[in-house]
Amino acid sequence: MRYHTPTTFQDAAAIAAASTGTLRFLAGGTDVLVQMRAGMVQPDDLIDLKHIPGVDRIEKTPEGGWRIGVAVPGIVLGAHKELVRDWPGVVEGMNLVGSTQVQGRATLAGNLCNGSPAADSVPGLFAAGAVVTVTGPKGSRDIPVEQVPVGPGRTSLAKGEVISAITLPPRAKNGGDAYLRFIPRTEMDIAVVGCAVNLRLDGDRVAEARVALGAVAPTVILSEACAQAIIGTTLDDAALAALAKAAKGAAKPISDKRGTKEFRIEVAGVLARRAARIAYDRAKGMKA
Amino acid sequence: MARDDVKTGYKLIGTRPNRPDGLDKVTGRARYGADFSLPGMLWAAVVRSPHAHARIVKIDASKALALEGVKAVVTRADLPTGLTGEDLNLQDNTLAGDRALYDGHAVAAVAATSQLLAQDAARLIEVEYEVLPHVTDVDAAIAPDAPVIRPGVADYSVPEGMHGNVARYMEFGHGDVEAGFAAADVVREHTYRTEATHQGYIEPHAAVGQLGEDGRGEMWVCTQGHWYIRRMSAAVLGIEAANLRVTPSEIGGGFGGKTTIFMEPLTLALSKKAGGRPVKLVMSRSEVLRATGPTASASMDVKIGMKKDGTITAGQVYFRMQGGAFPGMSPIGEALPCAFACYDIPALKHEGIEIITNRPKAAAYRAPGSPMAAFAVESMIDELCRELNLDPIEVRLKNGAKNGSKSSYGPVYDVIGLQETLQAARAHPNYSIPLGPNQGRGVASGFWFNHGGETSVSLAIGEDGTATVSVGTPDIGGSRASIGLMVAEHLGIPYENVRVNVVETGALGVNEPTHGSRATFASGKAAIEAANQAIREMCRRAAAEWGIEPEAVEWRDGAAHPAGPNAGKHPPMTIGEIGAKMGSTGGPISGHHEVTAGGYGASFGTHVVDVEVDPETGRTTVLRYLVVQDAGTAIHPAYVEGQYQGGAAQGIGWALNEEYIYGPDGRLQNPVFLDYRIPVASDLPMIDTVIIEVPNPGHPYGVRGVGETGITPPLPAIASAIAGATGVRIRSLPCSPPKVLAAIKAAKG
Amino acid sequence: MSKIHVTATVNGDPVEFLADPRETLLDALRNHLDLTGTKEGCGTGDCGACSVTVDGTLVCSCLMLAAEANGKRVETIEGMAKEELHPLQRKFIEHAALQCGFCTPGILVAAKALLERNPDPTDTEIRYWLAGNLCRCTGYDKIVRAVQDAAAEMRQDHRGAA
Ligand SMILES: Cc1cc2nc3c(=O)[nH]c(=O)nc-3n(C[C@H](O)[C@H](O)[C@H](O)COP(=O)(O)OP(=O)(O)OC[C@H]3O[C@@H](n4cnc5c(N)ncnc54)[C@H](O)[C@@H]3O)c2cc1C
Ligand code: FES
Ligand code: FES
Repeated sequence: MRYHTPTTFQDAAAIAAASTGTLRFLAGGTDVLVQMRAGMVQPDDLIDLKHIPGVDRIEKTPEGGWRIGVAVPGIVLGAHKELVRDWPGVVEGMNLVGSTQVQGRATLAGNLCNGSPAADSVPGLFAAGAVVTVTGPKGSRDIPVEQVPVGPGRTSLAKGEVISAITLPPRAKNGGDAYLRFIPRTEMDIAVVGCAVNLRLDGDRVAEARVALGAVAPTVILSEACAQAIIGTTLDDAALAALAKAAKGAAKPISDKRGTKEFRIEVAGVLARRAARIAYDRAKGMKA
Repeated sequence: MARDDVKTGYKLIGTRPNRPDGLDKVTGRARYGADFSLPGMLWAAVVRSPHAHARIVKIDASKALALEGVKAVVTRADLPTGLTGEDLNLQDNTLAGDRALYDGHAVAAVAATSQLLAQDAARLIEVEYEVLPHVTDVDAAIAPDAPVIRPGVADYSVPEGMHGNVARYMEFGHGDVEAGFAAADVVREHTYRTEATHQGYIEPHAAVGQLGEDGRGEMWVCTQGHWYIRRMSAAVLGIEAANLRVTPSEIGGGFGGKTTIFMEPLTLALSKKAGGRPVKLVMSRSEVLRATGPTASASMDVKIGMKKDGTITAGQVYFRMQGGAFPGMSPIGEALPCAFACYDIPALKHEGIEIITNRPKAAAYRAPGSPMAAFAVESMIDELCRELNLDPIEVRLKNGAKNGSKSSYGPVYDVIGLQETLQAARAHPNYSIPLGPNQGRGVASGFWFNHGGETSVSLAIGEDGTATVSVGTPDIGGSRASIGLMVAEHLGIPYENVRVNVVETGALGVNEPTHGSRATFASGKAAIEAANQAIREMCRRAAAEWGIEPEAVEWRDGAAHPAGPNAGKHPPMTIGEIGAKMGSTGGPISGHHEVTAGGYGASFGTHVVDVEVDPETGRTTVLRYLVVQDAGTAIHPAYVEGQYQGGAAQGIGWALNEEYIYGPDGRLQNPVFLDYRIPVASDLPMIDTVIIEVPNPGHPYGVRGVGETGITPPLPAIASAIAGATGVRIRSLPCSPPKVLAAIKAAKG
Repeated sequence: MSKIHVTATVNGDPVEFLADPRETLLDALRNHLDLTGTKEGCGTGDCGACSVTVDGTLVCSCLMLAAEANGKRVETIEGMAKEELHPLQRKFIEHAALQCGFCTPGILVAAKALLERNPDPTDTEIRYWLAGNLCRCTGYDKIVRAVQDAAAEMRQDHRGAA
């Protein structure tokens, strides 16, 4: 295995493009090292992104959003007060990843690019409408985060492409987001179901909403039906019931060692309701 | 250091001094299995079967051996033939013969100059398999169409006509069960199931072995019993046990799982092939979960009759247990006697079978068999209590075994403490805290036989008046501190003046492992006898100096005193004074004792748990937990509490989330801690403990083992608490959220 | 396979060694630097027995390549006691917060990192912070108590010094 430490994304992309064997980028390494240890992956080229200047920074964009470097670990996200104020749901999703120790290393970009349908930060990114910057041999482009995962363990990134930043849009006035996941223990489990809700209120009514579900399909999914179920409502019981129904309808899970299909469908509805409630309260400026 | 409870008048027993090995363990200095290294040492890796059942057609190691730095490969062909019985089973498990019998079964091993190189080499060893039909589930394995995994495995006990996967049959009981059921107001019958769980010690198995051309070797290993390792490794390799010296390291947990061999002989076999260079082998976590002893999975039919007043009139069980691909490994022989051990019931019938499956060779796990049996029987008793609206503690007080009761499995109990645990549980504040919505309370009692076993201990008096004790039972949870306390109490010297060492196989006679809750009991008892021997000698030395008869000298407060009217007036001679001049008064003073210790006292406990269940997700939260258990005498109460709490935590894990999950391909799907879900810190509440002390008459200080009973009651207690919270009874562990939610939904209809 | 030259500071001491690029920091600590106090319970980030701090951040040393430690400051259990034991170490012995002791180095390193950020944690905060440190022996009760007692003593000392 060759271990590379490029200092620009262009170099990283060039090394990746030139690699003829198995290639992995190394952000926090909390997926890559586990896969290496389990013998699932034996990379020929491992490209450590942490030597690129700026990858450890969280910066405000001119529009008022947040540009997050690809090596920012969860613990740093969680400690960033302004970011947490704007996007509590995105941050709580990331902060649910693994243990304190894992938080010291694991990144949003790694969570996204590992391609797990159960990735905890990804529903929050979907619901937030995050944009990722992809740098390849031919330059950089911005794409919506939803376009990145395409199947379990697979992304749409082409050979030689690397994510160079993740950008969250400005937080709308009267907006709030939340992420909840279901796990059997209190910590250290992979999500059996996850749900993120991001919404904006107009008075008491939901004016805009985005709802994403995790671990109920081959990738994290954005559910338009869920959003429609609550848009225009005050999130009363009827709206919550409609949301739960929509979430159950959107969920197309499998049964596996972590949970049955029926269980996942049922709990998708429960979490959607609960997450929407929290996001709503946050949008109202209520403590949640 | 005040005693917790002064009634017994001991000076040291019952206090909580620092353990002798504490400093090394908080500074990282303590050396565990993987921490040993030797000059010239090689590293080993093991090739394991990815199939649950397969014929091994061919093993080609040429590519591995071609790598620079690869020094040796061993396969079954390198081991001697002609073994029989359990020796053959051990050899078959160390390296597969013509067939791999479970996912993870070792097929070959390789030694190289680094760990990574050994792993690379292992990947290059090509094994050709012919996949055979497999079965992993205990009930499926006796279905008519199940493949017979090991033809001819049945022993003499198995009645004709049983399935070819049945290896053993057991039956016993007393009284007329039919008449008993007829006399009952309610008779209920259900099937209960528990999944296999793993001991889950955090330290993976590790050993460094060295074996020379002359057939003499050494091993450093993390184990609960190094004499067992010595005997078993020698048998597997066809060498003389006496030629093998085994030194135990500090041990990072065992819970029964480190009482046998898994890969240890491979270090020796590789070492021999590599010209006698020492070889280190450390298992990965997934190897530990795939290939070291989990416990049995069980399917259990229970029938119990009860009168409206709570009197149990009769009980009957039929247990099916699988302990993997090897006979003799399921704890059926313990589970059945444990089933009704807490009760005095006029009519009982026990029957059970051991079943062979394509799973790893089971090993002992804390009170082997008892947790499963308790899940079945205690759950059923709770169901009857709820149906008849009876208090579960009252019913247990009414039917529970007492001093002099004839046990369900034959012997008469001497002095036991079950009733006291029940009374204390009833009186504890936890038992009357009001419950909120979706909350429930569960109660269960548990039992373990305890154990004495082969024990050999030496004790030497130092010139400075200290005592050094050599024991052969590895210290897992503070037994050096407890044995030190007893010896110090007995000699009448400060705790700090006693040093207890766990010594290697060359230093003592045979010792059974630290198992069966025996270390503090049996090594402690032998250490006291050894101290008595030293005391007699010290009295003799004093007598000689004083010119009186040794019988006229008595030992108290760490000194020889003249006793009786004719002894004369002499100032006491302290252990320090005797020790200082022992060289000139007859030489070193020591004591030694070896025994197959009897007199162990049965252990009982009662647990009370409160849970809350999320009715929308089926997720259970443990709100509070109480362990009440009889310790006989709590030598070091902090470590007694620790055993209670640790046992309860393991039982909670078993009840809620731990399970071996096999896919249709017979492969273990969750061989990592991320998916083999043992409780993490945030899963548990504080675990309250009450130590009952009903001294065991079979031990000089009243000790009973305390290590095992604690894992037993949580399984039924949690299921019963969930029943209280939700109205649904889970009869198949674990009570995982999907299962609980499905049951709640089914009950709603 | 060409090796990587790594220089780092471990417990204040400068160290250098050659690492296989696939080797983890845990492997390097144990096998190159003979610091076997840091334990491997899983090798996959699940048990926390390998906890160390790197530039002050708590991490699993099994989830970091040795090569990534180049130029970093690593603290392990061996560096925790200075002239005297750290209060956590002392309290763990006093409270019998260890049985087999295998999880103990990792838990001590993790608990120290907690108290540096939060000198007065609740029981729940302690439990969640330590959720990645598995202990199979104790049921965690005495561990939580020992951490609380050490925290209280450290607050006292801090006040005394101020
Ligand atoms: C004990 C433990 C518990 C865990 N628990 C959870 C959990 O609860 N929830 C959860 O979602 N995950 C969990 N994980 C998985 C993992 O921690 C997360 O997925 C984490 O966010 C991965 O980030 P990383 O920086 O460590 O990724 P890395 O391991 O560095 O990389 C992961 C993948 O992403 C690719 N990659 C990384 N950065 C880029 C980039 N900039 N551009 C393109 N590709 C890139 C890599 O090539 C690799 O394939 C857990 C892992 C462990 C070890
Ligand atoms: S060994 Fe690193 S977390 Fe288990
Ligand atoms: S004390 Fe043994 S694992 Fe914690």
